[in-house]
Amino acid sequence: MSAITERQHGASAPRRDTSVPRRRRRAGDLPVALVFLLPAAVGFGVFYLWPTLRTMYLSFTDYSLLAPPEWVGAENYRRLFQDPLFWNSLRVTVEYVVINIGVQTVVALGLAVLMHRLTRSGLIRGVLLLPYLVANVVVALIWYTMLDAQLGIVNRALEWVGLDPVAFFGETATAIPTIALVNVWRHMGYTALLIFAGLQAIPRTVYEAAATDGASEPTMFRRITLPLLRPTLVLVLVLTVIGSFQIFDTVAVTTKGGPVNATRVIYYYIYELAFQRFDFGYAAAICVALFAILAGLALMQLKMLRAGDTDLD
Amino acid sequence: MSHVPTARASFSPAGRRRPNWQRMAAWAILVLFVLITLVPFYWMLRISLSDNRTLAANAGSLLPADFTLGAFKRVLGIATLSEATAEGGSGATIDFWRYLANSVLTSAVITVCQVFFSAMAAYAFARLRWPGREKVFFVFLTALMVPPIFTALPNFVTVQQLGLLNTYAGIVLPYLFMTPFAVFFLRQFFLNISREVEEAAIVDGAGHARIFFRLIVPMSSAPIATISLLVYIGAWNEYFWPLLVGQEDDVRVLTVALGIFRSQTPQAGPDWAGLMAATLLAALPVIALFTVFGRWIVNSIQFSGIK
Repeated sequence: MSAITERQHGASAPRRDTSVPRRRRRAGDLPVALVFLLPAAVGFGVFYLWPTLRTMYLSFTDYSLLAPPEWVGAENYRRLFQDPLFWNSLRVTVEYVVINIGVQTVVALGLAVLMHRLTRSGLIRGVLLLPYLVANVVVALIWYTMLDAQLGIVNRALEWVGLDPVAFFGETATAIPTIALVNVWRHMGYTALLIFAGLQAIPRTVYEAAATDGASEPTMFRRITLPLLRPTLVLVLVLTVIGSFQIFDTVAVTTKGGPVNATRVIYYYIYELAFQRFDFGYAAAICVALFAILAGLALMQLKMLRAGDTDLD
Repeated sequence: MSHVPTARASFSPAGRRRPNWQRMAAWAILVLFVLITLVPFYWMLRISLSDNRTLAANAGSLLPADFTLGAFKRVLGIATLSEATAEGGSGATIDFWRYLANSVLTSAVITVCQVFFSAMAAYAFARLRWPGREKVFFVFLTALMVPPIFTALPNFVTVQQLGLLNTYAGIVLPYLFMTPFAVFFLRQFFLNISREVEEAAIVDGAGHARIFFRLIVPMSSAPIATISLLVYIGAWNEYFWPLLVGQEDDVRVLTVALGIFRSQTPQAGPDWAGLMAATLLAALPVIALFTVFGRWIVNSIQFSGIK
């Protein structure tokens, strides 16, 4: 453990490490570098760069896999603006992201602070991380069973306290919140761990000084933890929001977009368009729209980070 | 969960003088969340060990209903049809061993190739000097920003045109050469290896291949093992891509098989015990890896989270 934590500090300033040592031999290892880079570069080109450009191109075409793509100009984008199912999928996805990220960030922040102030137990951190390591599909099925309207333990518990059973996955009003909370369960420990790492970077002396001055835990949280944690929180949000927009597995295994269109999230809609209706051109256009939204969000959040940086000094 | 390290960690004098109720409440919340994390796993185990027909009658019980290994037998294909129906199996089958083999094989191939090629690239980015190095690295990193579905559509077309739909090659191909994360992760560690060892090797006349295999890789065995674990778990859990290119029975991996098994379960009287037994078996390898290497995983996620 200590080996990794020690390296952490070195890792935060990697540049220095390469440039400080005396002038290296010849200026160029280019031929060797090319050999070492070759497999990764092939993978990058064929499976990242080329498909990215190709999706952009396909979004301007009509393509069903059977015949070569046919250029249709901005037709797919025009269609997108008039497609109620697209707007529905966007609305449903945003609803999911808001619930998922909102709850998850609060819970994870709470857990991280509790772990930071109470214990260094690796076991607790490990246990909380466990749901993140099992597959989405597994998590979805466990909760699908636990939340079943007839047999599920959760509904038995509700009955026991005198409430009516809820068809969590089966009703339009509850389906998205249910899926969002299931994935909070999966990700809360992971997110808490990321925040915890940020907390460890705050010097203990700050807390000790505050405690000597008689500050209470809640005051320390508001005056020390939150402001100093802001850059970490923003980075965690960038990561988790982008991930949250990509909700697919849970939907595909439990509700398949239903009931009606209540859980037809954007990823699932793209999947249906491309791989069930083979409308690749239109699906690509929605991909581009999704990418634009994600890039915009990330930029906004990083701006917040820069605003947060000044706070720190 | 011993309380000894707790006491040691309570450095705040104010916390110690204050009545302990605040600390107790904090502990209670933390323990509550540990329970919330663990209970669903227990519930999966409980249902998988139950007799599916009596499950409904014992829905409130915390122990398995009429303890039996029948569900596991059904899933593993060692129960006869009559045995299966006697315990409320639906007749839906899952060729577990084949899917398990497929998952093990594809995840292993992805892990070995991806980590090896990513390590080579990381070496070029961390230890070699060449013009444009930082720029090229930045371009590699931008791939982190591209949502997987963005590349999935054309990658599907590529795999289809190569005639690799429903083959192992098709399932592993996009992950085989690199992921930006693996390159980034390994580069961070390679950067921190001291130059002196390397220079001594150069004086001894070692080439770059020798330095890479004999020095860098052995010296980074811990991070290489860590990233291998993360890649393996990631590949094991992958659902979307194998769903697209590996639907057919002989190449189907466990996650995809579970999804199909679930959609085959009849709405009326589903085989919950069988479903949970299959789910548990699918999750078991990761849980086992986690029990052995948990601390590594926790540390590496903390590490990668900072950047």
